[in-house]
Amino acid sequence: MKFKFLPFILFLAGFGIQAQQYFPQNDGVKSVNTNYTVFKNAKIHIDPNTVIENGMFAIKSGKITAIGKSISIPENSVQIDLEGKEVYPSFIDIYSEFGIKKPVKAESDNNQPQYDAGREGYYWNDHIRPETNSAKLFTFDKADAEKLQKIGFGAVNTHFPDGIIRGTGMLVTLNTEGTEGDRILKDRSAQYLSFDKSVQSRQSYPTSIMGAMALLRQTYLDANWYPKGNAQYNDLSLEALNKNKDLIQIFKTDNLLDVLRADKVGDEFGIQYVIFGSGNEFEGLKEIKNTNATLIIPLDFPDAYDVENPFLANYVSLQDMKRWNQAPANLKMLAQNEIPFVLTAYNLKDEKKFKTNLLKAISYGLDKKAALAALTTTPAKILGQENKLGVLKEGAWANFLITSGDFFEEETILYENWVQGQRKVLENINRVNLAGNYKLKVSGNEYDLKITGKPGSPKVEVKLAETKIKSKITYEDTWLNLLLSSVDTTKTEFIRLVAKIPSKTDQISGKAILNNGSETTFTAIKTGDASSLDDKKKNDIYDVLPVTFPNMAYGFDVLPKQENILFKNATVWTNTKDGVLENTDVLIQNGKISGIGKSLNAGNARVIDATGKHLTSGIIDEHSHIAGSSINESGQNSSAEVSMEDAIDPTDINIYRNLAGGVTTVQLLHGSANPIGGRSAILRLKWGSTANDMIFEAAPKFIKFALGENVKQSNWGSTSRFPQSRMGVEQVYMDYFSRAKNYEQTKKSDKNFRKDIEMETLVEILNGERFITCHSYVQSEINMLMKVAESFGFRINTFTHILEGYKVADKMKEHGIGASTFSDWWAYKYEVKDAIPYNAAIMYDAELTVAINSDDSEMSRRLNQEAAKSVKYGDVPEEEAWKFVTLNPAKLLHIDQYVGSIQPGKDADVVLWTGHPLSVYSKAEKTLIEGVVYFDLEKDLKMREDIARQKNLLTGQMLQEKNKGEKTKPVVKKEEQDIHCDTLEIY
Amino acid sequence: MKKFKIILVIAIIAISESLYAQQTPAPKQTEAVTIVGATAHIGNGETIEYSLIIFENGKLTQVLDARTTKMAYRGKIINAEGKHIYPGFIAPNTTLGLVEVAAIRSTDDQKEIGEMLPHIRSLIAYNAESGIVESMRPNGVLIGQITPRGGTISGTSSVVQFDAWNWEDAVIKEDDGLHINWPNSFTHGKWWEGEERGMKLNKKYEEEVSKLSRFFNNSKAYLAGNQKKTHLPYKAMENVFTGKKKVFVHVDGEKEILDAIQFKKDQNLTEMVLVGAYNAHKVADKLKENNIAVLAQRPHSKPNQDDDDYDITYKMAKILQEKGVLVGLESSGQMETMNTRNLPFYAGTVAANGMDKEEALKLITSNTAKILGIDAIVGTLERGKDATLFISEGDALDMRTNKLTHAFIQGREISLDSHQTKLYKRYSDKYKSQKK
Repeated sequence: MKFKFLPFILFLAGFGIQAQQYFPQNDGVKSVNTNYTVFKNAKIHIDPNTVIENGMFAIKSGKITAIGKSISIPENSVQIDLEGKEVYPSFIDIYSEFGIKKPVKAESDNNQPQYDAGREGYYWNDHIRPETNSAKLFTFDKADAEKLQKIGFGAVNTHFPDGIIRGTGMLVTLNTEGTEGDRILKDRSAQYLSFDKSVQSRQSYPTSIMGAMALLRQTYLDANWYPKGNAQYNDLSLEALNKNKDLIQIFKTDNLLDVLRADKVGDEFGIQYVIFGSGNEFEGLKEIKNTNATLIIPLDFPDAYDVENPFLANYVSLQDMKRWNQAPANLKMLAQNEIPFVLTAYNLKDEKKFKTNLLKAISYGLDKKAALAALTTTPAKILGQENKLGVLKEGAWANFLITSGDFFEEETILYENWVQGQRKVLENINRVNLAGNYKLKVSGNEYDLKITGKPGSPKVEVKLAETKIKSKITYEDTWLNLLLSSVDTTKTEFIRLVAKIPSKTDQISGKAILNNGSETTFTAIKTGDASSLDDKKKNDIYDVLPVTFPNMAYGFDVLPKQENILFKNATVWTNTKDGVLENTDVLIQNGKISGIGKSLNAGNARVIDATGKHLTSGIIDEHSHIAGSSINESGQNSSAEVSMEDAIDPTDINIYRNLAGGVTTVQLLHGSANPIGGRSAILRLKWGSTANDMIFEAAPKFIKFALGENVKQSNWGSTSRFPQSRMGVEQVYMDYFSRAKNYEQTKKSDKNFRKDIEMETLVEILNGERFITCHSYVQSEINMLMKVAESFGFRINTFTHILEGYKVADKMKEHGIGASTFSDWWAYKYEVKDAIPYNAAIMYDAELTVAINSDDSEMSRRLNQEAAKSVKYGDVPEEEAWKFVTLNPAKLLHIDQYVGSIQPGKDADVVLWTGHPLSVYSKAEKTLIEGVVYFDLEKDLKMREDIARQKNLLTGQMLQEKNKGEKTKPVVKKEEQDIHCDTLEIY
Repeated sequence: MKKFKIILVIAIIAISESLYAQQTPAPKQTEAVTIVGATAHIGNGETIEYSLIIFENGKLTQVLDARTTKMAYRGKIINAEGKHIYPGFIAPNTTLGLVEVAAIRSTDDQKEIGEMLPHIRSLIAYNAESGIVESMRPNGVLIGQITPRGGTISGTSSVVQFDAWNWEDAVIKEDDGLHINWPNSFTHGKWWEGEERGMKLNKKYEEEVSKLSRFFNNSKAYLAGNQKKTHLPYKAMENVFTGKKKVFVHVDGEKEILDAIQFKKDQNLTEMVLVGAYNAHKVADKLKENNIAVLAQRPHSKPNQDDDDYDITYKMAKILQEKGVLVGLESSGQMETMNTRNLPFYAGTVAANGMDKEEALKLITSNTAKILGIDAIVGTLERGKDATLFISEGDALDMRTNKLTHAFIQGREISLDSHQTKLYKRYSDKYKSQKK
C-alpha cells in the first residue's frame, strides 16, 4: 500500500520549507532548495480576462518564475502534468479576523453608565483605537487556515474587529508550512473602521449612529489639528491615526443606510472608504454607485423562513421575504451597474456555503469573470498587491488553485490550493470520478448501479430489478469497496466487492466475496452518465421580484412623478385672509400652486373632481421622531455636534402612514436626553425617496434643546451625569454658551485653533444662524431658558411640548417665542401634572404662534383630530385651529414662504380630504408633495392586493425551498416600537 | 438610604398634597329632571330627533319623541334644543384610579407580582378621587371597568361610575371579570446578547397555556372538595365557574385566539370576552359560533406590522360587527389611563371608516354594557335604566363638536369642572386682567 504515497513524498522533497537566508541553522547542514517545479498542459486563468489553453508555468521559492503557452524548462525542475485540469489564482479575502483573538468585553462594576474614557494617553473616547496593531495580536491558526484554503483562499487581510476606528490590519498568506516571516506579506496593510463601539470599554458616547458619525468627524478634525503643536498633551491615538492616514481605509457597516453614511463622512474629509456592505445593496444601486466605493460583500444569503405554519408565517414581513428572494441577485446587479466589489467569506457560519452561494449568485446572473475578479484581482488591487496576488504572472506569489474544470461549476473539484509554493492537497488529483450508471454483474445477477457524489465521497444506489438493495460504497485511494445486502432484509447476508479502479472507468472489474464466503469475479459496465449531483440539490432559481421604493410593503414600483392637477370645486382652506373658499378650483403646475379661483382652465392638467371634499395645505408636524434610525445621543449632556440628518431612515413605514394622515412635512427632532440635544432634520415625506432627497432643502437650521425630567435623568435610574436638577440645567447652558463665546474669539485670533463641531453649532445659535426648539414642561425652567438666551443675546425660537406655556404665555410673547404643544397629553410624569388641554387655546389667546405636534407616530397620522381638540377645549375658531397643524408650524420652522397655506406660488404640498379636515369622520384621500401624489386612497387598496399577492408567491417559494431540504430559519416578528423623545435605543 | 427614604416620604406628601382637589360628588337625585328637544342617541342604534327625557330617583322614567307625545314636564326642565343627548360612555379594561402619575412608582397600583392572581381585586385600590378619573367626565366617559395589569391571570376587575366619594360608593358591578393575559407565541429575542432583533418564537408557549389549564383544573378540584384549608387564588375562581365572573382574555395572535376558544370549550366557560384581539377579524366566524364577544383594540393605535393596512385599527370593530360578533372598544395601550377620555373619538374613528354612527355609538355604550353584564342598568337611554347620561352641544363622537353642557350619573348632576378647567380659568383670568 505504501507505494501510493510515493509521489507526494517526492513532491515534498521538491518544495520543502525554505531555510531563511540569514538565519543560523542549528540542527544540520544549511541547505537551500533552488529546484523549480513546472506545471504543464493546464488551462491557466492568468486573470479573469486572460486564459492560456494548454499552458505551463514554473515556480521556485514560493514565486512564479515563468508562465506562458510555452516556457523554457530549467534543468533542475520537477514536472507535473496537469492535462485536463485548470489553474486559477488563489483567492484573497480582504475582510477577515483570521488569527485574531476575540476582544474581551468590559464588565460594569456599578451598573451606572460610564461617561469618561477608561484610558489615559489616548483619545478622549475609548472607541477611537487607531493605535491598535493587529500584527501584535496575531497568532497563525492552522485549522482556520486550512478551512479557508479548502474553499480557495490563499491570502487574507486580517484585523482586530473592535471599535469605531479599529487600527491597522495586516496581509497574511494561509501558508500552513512556513513561518510568520513567510506569511506576513504586509504589516499595517489597511486601517479598519466601523460604527460599532469597542466592547473593551463601557464609555457611553456615542450611543447613536449620528453620535458615531459626529465622533468620527471630530476625530479627523483633531488629527489634523494635533500636529500643529497646540496640543498640551500626547495623544497616542491621534498620532497613530495620522500615521495610518495613507493606508487603505476599510469601513464595516451592517446595512445599506450605513454604507451611505460612512461614505458621507468619508467625502467630507476626502477619504474614499472601501465599504463592507450588507448584501442588500440592490435596494439602492444608484446611491451605492454614487459613493464611488468598492464594496466588500459577504457571500452570505438569508435562509428562507420556515413558513409551514400559516399562523406564524403571517408575521414575516414582505420586506424580509423580498430580501430573501432578491439577495442572490445582488451581485449580478452590482456587476451590471459597474459597481466594483470584492467578496468575503467573513461571517459565513459554514464555509461550505461559500461555493454554494457563489454558484447561486452565478445562477442568478453574476458573470463568472466578475466573480473571479471579485476574489482575485480587485482585492489585490485594493491592497496594492496587483502584481503579487490574485494573478498568475512572473514574480507573483505562487498562490494558485488546481481544479478539475471550470471553478464556477458545481461538479468541479478543487484538488489543490498552493500557497507560496506550498502544496495543499484537498482532493486526490489522481482519483477518478466514478459518477455514472452501471450494469453490475455478479454471481448470475444483474444489478443497476448508480453512483453519484464527489469522487472522494461517492454515493451509491443499487437495484435488483425493481427492488432496492441496501448498499455501501467506499473509494479510498484507488480502491473501491462495495457492500451489497441481501434482498431479504431480515437476513444478515452480504456480498462484498472490491476492485482497483483503472484510470478510465467505463468498466470496473474485481473480486466478489459472496455471503457463503466463496469468491468469484464481478464486472460493472458503465451505461451512461449520472450527474454527480443529487437531483434535489440542483440550483433552481426563483423568479426575482422587482425592487420597489422602498423595497417593502407599500413601496412604489416606480417613483411617482410630478403631475399637473386641477382640483375642481373643492372647499379650500387657504390659511390666508381669504379664509375658507367654497366651490373653488385649485390648479397645480410644476410642483407649485399656480391658480385658485372659479372655473379654472385645466389645460393639460389631470382634473380631479373635489365636489364635497376639502382641500388644505399639508399637515406639518413640528415634533416628530418618525424616519429616524436613532433618536437620542445620550452619551453626553450636550450633543450639539450630532445631526438627525445623519440618522434619517427613509424606509420607516410610519412615513407612509403619516402621508395617509395628510402629513407632508415633519421636523425629525433629536430626543430629549440632553439639555443641548442634536440638530434637526426637517423632512418632506417623499416616501420612496432617499434620505437626502427627503431633506427640506430651503428649511433653516434647527437644534433641539430639552429641559426637565428627561435631561436630569429623573426616570432613568442613572445618577452619575450632570445635571441631576433644574439648577444644574441652567449651569449647563451657561457653561456651554460661555465656552462658545470664547471659542468664537479664539477662532478669530488663532489660525491653529482646534475646530470643535459642537462649539461651531453653538456659535451658530449665538449668531442667530440656527434656531432652537426646546422640549419644555414647567414654567420655572421655561422662564430660565428665556433669561439665559437673553443674557447671551439670542432668543429661543420654539418651545415644544411647552405644557405649562399657558402659565408663561405673556413672557413668551414678550420674547417672541412660538409654542408647539400636545393637544391633551398629561399625567404620564410629575412635570406634566398641570398640563391642560386648554393650553393651546390660552396661548392662542395670548397671541403666540401656536402649533399642535405629535412626538408620536400614532398621533401624527391624525393630527387633524388633535387640532380639532382645540375647538373642543377652549373654543379656538376652526380656521385658526387648522393653522395649528399647518401654517403655524410652517412659521415656527421658517418655511411658511413655501408651505402651510394654499396660495399661488407656494409649493403644492396639499391634501384632499373626504370631508371637513377637523372632523373625526374625514380621511385624507390624496396627499401631494410638490405636485407629486404620494398617497392615494385608491392606490393604497391596490397596494394591499399587491402585498397579499407577493407574500403568497414568496410563501410558495419558501415552502419549495423547505421541500428541497434547504435550511430554513424560524419566523421572527418585527416589533413595532413607540418612539418618543425619551427613547434611548431603537431596536 | 435613610435620607433617601425621608426624601421619598416628603416627595409623596408633596405630591399628594399638591395633586388635584377633586370635585365634590353630587348628592342623590331628589328632584325630577326633564330634558326637552335634544337629539337623543339611545345607544341601541336608534335616535329620537326631538326627544323628551325624564328621570327621577336616579332612573329614567320617560324617553319619548317630544313632537308626538304630550307628557307633562316634571321637576327641573332643561331645554336642549339643537343639542345631543347620550347615555354615559363606558370604558372597559381601564386602569383609571389605579395610577395617578405613571412615572412615579408610588402612585402606581396597576399590577401585582406573581402569575396566577384571580384573588387580586382592582376595586379596593380604585381611587375615586383621582384627578384623571375626573378628567373623563367632560368628554362623556362616565363609567369604567377598572382592570388590573400584570401576571398571567392579572386579577379581578370591577365596574364603577365616575362620581363617588370612595370605591364603595362608586361600584356598579363588583368583581365582574377575571382577566387573563394569554401567553404569546413570540417572545423578545435577546438582541443585546447577539440574537436577531425582533420577536422570536416562544418555545414555552404550549407549556404556558397548559399552566393556565392546570390552574383552572386545580381550582375546580379544590372547589369540589371540602376546602378545609383556605386557598385564596382557587377560592377566587369560584364565580368564574358559576358564570358570575366573566373571563376576559387579553390576546392578539390568530393562533392564540383559536387556542383561547378551545380553552373556553375545554373549561366549559359560559362567557368569554377577548380584549385587544388584534387578529380577531381573521377568526370572526369562530368567535360568533362560540358566542365570544370582543373588546377591540383602541382604534387610535398603530398597525402591528409594516404590511398591515394603515387603517386596520380604525376598521377592526367594523369588520367584527359585520360578521355578527358582539364588539365594544377598549382603550389600553400607551398613555392609556389619561387617554381613556378620548374613548368617544375612538368610536368616531370607526364611524369614519365605514360604520354607521349610531352603530359606532353602541361600541362604547350598549355593546360594552352587554359585554360587561351591566346592560340592565346602563348603556342605553331606556326607561328603567340609570339616568347616567350627558348633553353635548354637538356630535359627541367628534372632537370638533364634543362639548358637554350637562352630565348626570344615576340622576345626580355632576360637575364638569376639573383640575384642568380650574387652571384654564385661573390663567385665562390672569391674561384677561392684564389686557384690561
